[in-house]
Amino acid sequence: MYPASFDYHTPGSVQEAISLLGKLRDDAKLLAGGHSLIPMMKLRLAQPKHLIDLRKVPGLAGIREDGGSIALGAMTTHWQVESSKLLQAKIPVVSDAAGMIGDPQVRNLGTIGGSLAHADPAADMPAVMIALGVEFVIEGARGRRTVKVDDFFKGLMMTAVGPDEILVEIRVPVPPAGSGAAYLKFPHPASRFAVVGVCAALTVDGKGICTKAGVGVTGAGTKAVRAKGVEAGLAGKALDQAAIEAAAAKAADGVDVQADLQGSAEYKSHLLRVHARRAIEAALGRAKGGK
Amino acid sequence: MTLPVKMTINGTNYRHEVEPRMLLVHYIREVVGLTGTHVGCDTSQCGACTIILNGQAVKACNVFAVQADGAQIMTIEGLAKNGQLHPIQEGFWEKHGLQCGFCTPGMIMAVYQLLERYPKPTEAQIRHQLEGNLCRCTGYHNIVKAVQYAAEKMAGR
Amino acid sequence: MATATGTRLFGAPEKRREDPRFITGRGQYVDDVKLPGMTHAAFVRSPHAHARLKRVDAAPARAVPGVVAVYTALDLKVGALPCGWMLPNIKVPPRPALASGKVRYVGEPVAVVVGETAYAAKDGAEAVRVEYEALPGVSDPRKAHDKGAPQLFDDIPQNQCFYWTIGDKTATEAAFKSAAKVVAQPLRNQRLIPNAIEPRACVASYAPGTGDLTLWVTSQNPHVHRLLMAAFILGIPETKMRVIAPDVGGGFGSKIFVYNEEVVAAWASKALARPVKWTAERRESFLNDAHGRDHVTEVEMAFDRGGKITGLRVKTHANLGAYLSTFAPLIPSYLYGPLLSGVYRIPAIFCEVWGMLTTTAPVDAYRGAGRPEATYLLERTMDRAADDLGVDPAELRRQNLILPFTSGTPYQTPVAFAYDSGNYEPALNRALELSGYAKARREQEEGRKRGRYIGIGVSTYIEACGPAPSAVAGSLGAGAGLWESGQVRVHPTGAVTVYTGSHSHGQGHETTFAQLVADQLGIPMAQVEIVHGDTAQIPFGMGTYGSRSACVGGSAILMSLDKVKAKGRKIAAHLLEANEQDLVFEGGKWSVKGSPGKAKTWGEVSLMAYLAHNLPQGMEPGLEATSFFDPPNFTFPFGAHVAVVEVDAETGQTKLLKYVAVDDVGRVINPMIVDGMVHGGIAQGVGQALWEHGVYSDDGQLLAATMMDYALPKADQLPSYETERTVTPSPVNPLGIKGAGETGTIAATPTVANAVIDALAPFGIAHIDMPLTPDKIWKAVTAARK
Repeated sequence: MYPASFDYHTPGSVQEAISLLGKLRDDAKLLAGGHSLIPMMKLRLAQPKHLIDLRKVPGLAGIREDGGSIALGAMTTHWQVESSKLLQAKIPVVSDAAGMIGDPQVRNLGTIGGSLAHADPAADMPAVMIALGVEFVIEGARGRRTVKVDDFFKGLMMTAVGPDEILVEIRVPVPPAGSGAAYLKFPHPASRFAVVGVCAALTVDGKGICTKAGVGVTGAGTKAVRAKGVEAGLAGKALDQAAIEAAAAKAADGVDVQADLQGSAEYKSHLLRVHARRAIEAALGRAKGGK
Repeated sequence: MTLPVKMTINGTNYRHEVEPRMLLVHYIREVVGLTGTHVGCDTSQCGACTIILNGQAVKACNVFAVQADGAQIMTIEGLAKNGQLHPIQEGFWEKHGLQCGFCTPGMIMAVYQLLERYPKPTEAQIRHQLEGNLCRCTGYHNIVKAVQYAAEKMAGR
Repeated sequence: MATATGTRLFGAPEKRREDPRFITGRGQYVDDVKLPGMTHAAFVRSPHAHARLKRVDAAPARAVPGVVAVYTALDLKVGALPCGWMLPNIKVPPRPALASGKVRYVGEPVAVVVGETAYAAKDGAEAVRVEYEALPGVSDPRKAHDKGAPQLFDDIPQNQCFYWTIGDKTATEAAFKSAAKVVAQPLRNQRLIPNAIEPRACVASYAPGTGDLTLWVTSQNPHVHRLLMAAFILGIPETKMRVIAPDVGGGFGSKIFVYNEEVVAAWASKALARPVKWTAERRESFLNDAHGRDHVTEVEMAFDRGGKITGLRVKTHANLGAYLSTFAPLIPSYLYGPLLSGVYRIPAIFCEVWGMLTTTAPVDAYRGAGRPEATYLLERTMDRAADDLGVDPAELRRQNLILPFTSGTPYQTPVAFAYDSGNYEPALNRALELSGYAKARREQEEGRKRGRYIGIGVSTYIEACGPAPSAVAGSLGAGAGLWESGQVRVHPTGAVTVYTGSHSHGQGHETTFAQLVADQLGIPMAQVEIVHGDTAQIPFGMGTYGSRSACVGGSAILMSLDKVKAKGRKIAAHLLEANEQDLVFEGGKWSVKGSPGKAKTWGEVSLMAYLAHNLPQGMEPGLEATSFFDPPNFTFPFGAHVAVVEVDAETGQTKLLKYVAVDDVGRVINPMIVDGMVHGGIAQGVGQALWEHGVYSDDGQLLAATMMDYALPKADQLPSYETERTVTPSPVNPLGIKGAGETGTIAATPTVANAVIDALAPFGIAHIDMPLTPDKIWKAVTAARK
């Protein structure tokens, strides 16, 4: 409940934050909403010597449409994502998933960028990001670079964001007409993190053939991953029940499922398959419904 | 290292020097001396420390005081105006929405935001929106009733 | 507050008088106490379940800025924490306030750091270096009994603290020999962690000038705290210690006991001549608050051909943790075995309990305390039996119910208790009716055809409340009497202050007791003040647990009210120049029968008691009385609950659809408050059935040690409940109250567990141990499908 001492910095620009990161190195942590970091500091599981708070950096929060994408500033809170009319209209699954994170108070301060850069293996949003095929805009001393979601999650709480870089924006492509997506999770009864979570994003053509499938899974393993087997079972197919079930059966393939108090690896693999099927069914319903 | 912070809490301006590591809830309780905001856990599950920070319900145990520099804050002590209970407080009293009272301030502040966002909540919405607040006494039954009372009362205004 | 004189307040749903301070943030809890010069304590705790303490190096901590002092067991000059309940041949291991020689559970305090701020104290605690030599641990009470299991104490072989039995072994064996059917079920009643939302806390303030020690502490029984600390631990006169339990944020048993931290804080305050505050971090609550339950049990129930129970045999290994908490031995013995008859006629019962020490946190009373364990095994077994016998579980219960006995003649069970009064069938009938039992069964049948798994759970229960007849308690091993005190002081205006030895930490005594007093005296509630929680103000009292406040504490107040009324009557008769027998006391005044104009009000009589200008000859001035009510028997609340659940057989997830509770708690002072307690109890009972588990690894690491891991029930996991009552007054106290604080917790656990297992009946699943988590259900369903 009583974090260790640290020095506190409030840079006024991304560049200033980056140069602080460069100078302070491993002793420093970036602070966005703080809802992943501060609990760890209170238990003294994290004891950074410096905190670099991004709250005074202009331009890091907000949701805007930019060409065929919606750009989410890294400091946009989960509540802003949850309640965004733009997202609800264009990519509702992102708002839906944001509304399942933590609890209302957590969503008011926790940020999408902070959460994604923290890369908790049981976080919700990574599965959605994978399914939608987003891109991450990362800024460092040498300028900005863009990283595709498949190259972003590197391992347990590890991402492509370098030690002196900052995640500044997430670009979510607006799905074409005939698309639908759904995120379903099996929440931990206490923490509300995902024991498993599956996001399915589908596009179907006029004949009911799935032209594009994105499926991301979270919770069960050490990092969120793309369920390639499921996607392969969906793309190019007419999605009848048999096809859906066959595809969903691959949901745990390639996931390093971890056993814990919530269940065995076998059980969690099973949950992944069930949630994949249900998410696909829900996504398909929405795709056919026009969203 | 200490840093200056200033904030407005329940309409009063405060200025202090604090260690950066001081949690906002400790600042409010220990430095400012408003002890209505409680601490019930150390992992931001229980919600007993919920306050309104710049218009939004947040868990004050999960914010450093320095992050709230310049903020407008309302705590449980600031909810009743001129001795007049807020309809939410009234609802908790009328419907027996509390027993030991320890979770109550945080619960009420969470409801304050709930009713701002969902003025006519369904029971399911109430229960979902209160998932960040733990109560060990009431089984939530009468808390739901208290929120419904407040919603009706506020709609009638 | 409509409390005009003459209003019938007993039985009215009065809004609570304590609420205005709580809903405005003006409650005063221990952590809100702030004193000049106050320091803060942080504890260094063992990360090992079992280890030899090689060396504690405090020097690095002393160098931390803001650290005032560091103490270890070598510094501390206090006695061991005592155990207040003895059983025959019990072996009581010494429990030091700070570990010495060995640590025996994760979280055991090893050293304390006192700092200028809580942050500095914590910094200091992090800096203390402790060298341990790890030893093997054991968390399971049955494994701890094995030869070769890790030994916690050299002189307690195989970790057996006690062996205790109740009932008639020979008669029970005979019943089983002649049984037509025997149902056997091994089961576990898992460990729970109480988690009152207010963490435990204390502020100790020693005044060097007078030698007075004041301790604010989160206590359910401040006098017991004072007695045990002054007499047994600190060795100071009771008169030099004042214990204040101000607003306390829930207890559920966990705040009955004397813990290490308040002892150390009290001692340190004296050593430093400064106030010392300690407030538990939630993680510390998980590690060091007394846990609840944790039984491993074998049950066998014998039936005759007609489905009548003929015998019950129970063998339980009860986990006591590493040391005996204040009342630990009582819980799995006398609060457990004597409840095994439930509401059923069972001619022969025999119960054996092995009280086991393990390398885990101490286990003691948690809401219900022993009675939930007894009820769970009985009610789970009844469902198993109904299944085996092919009868409806509600019917099996009905045909075994004890017949009504409400005339004051108790029902003698074969396990010591004589129930006070009971009429069990109406509660069962009403619960079935309210839940739409027959319709639910039809829907269940329909649903199963479509792959929906609806389950209906029924449970009856009985509990022993209102502890206790002191002589009985003493004969069973209690180190204290279990009466309660109630003092009534009437002021010259007629206003009344009541001092009760009961303590409210959510129960609403300031309201219910005021209703009782206002009703008796015919004065407005605003004229009544209830004082509790301060040993300097209140005569010795026993505190609040076991649903005893209204029936025992309330009765003590009633006795004092009778005394002041009797004296008031004499004064009124004197003033009215009438015979006492000719006076009627009604609506707050005494009037002469037949001439209602001739009257003296309560206020006038009270004033005269203090003016003393015109009192009956020889009468002392003043108007106050102190009484101690020692009940002649326990009270026995009972009831029947029904739950309807739906299980997603694919994921194992359970949803609670409906919950109906019909309780009989005797007479009720404030139905709104009683309903509230039932609601909260239900949530805790559901929590045990479905989610909560204080799970330790085999070697004693606590794996659910934060609120992120230990699943307390949340609003969105529960439905609204339907509650009703039948009323069978208790003959053992003048108020007819049986007690209502624990009913929900006791009944809800088996009710919901039975409902879940009932939902899984199509899979042939007969039992799963709690908590009935999705993974366990899925595993059972998967195994059944193979």
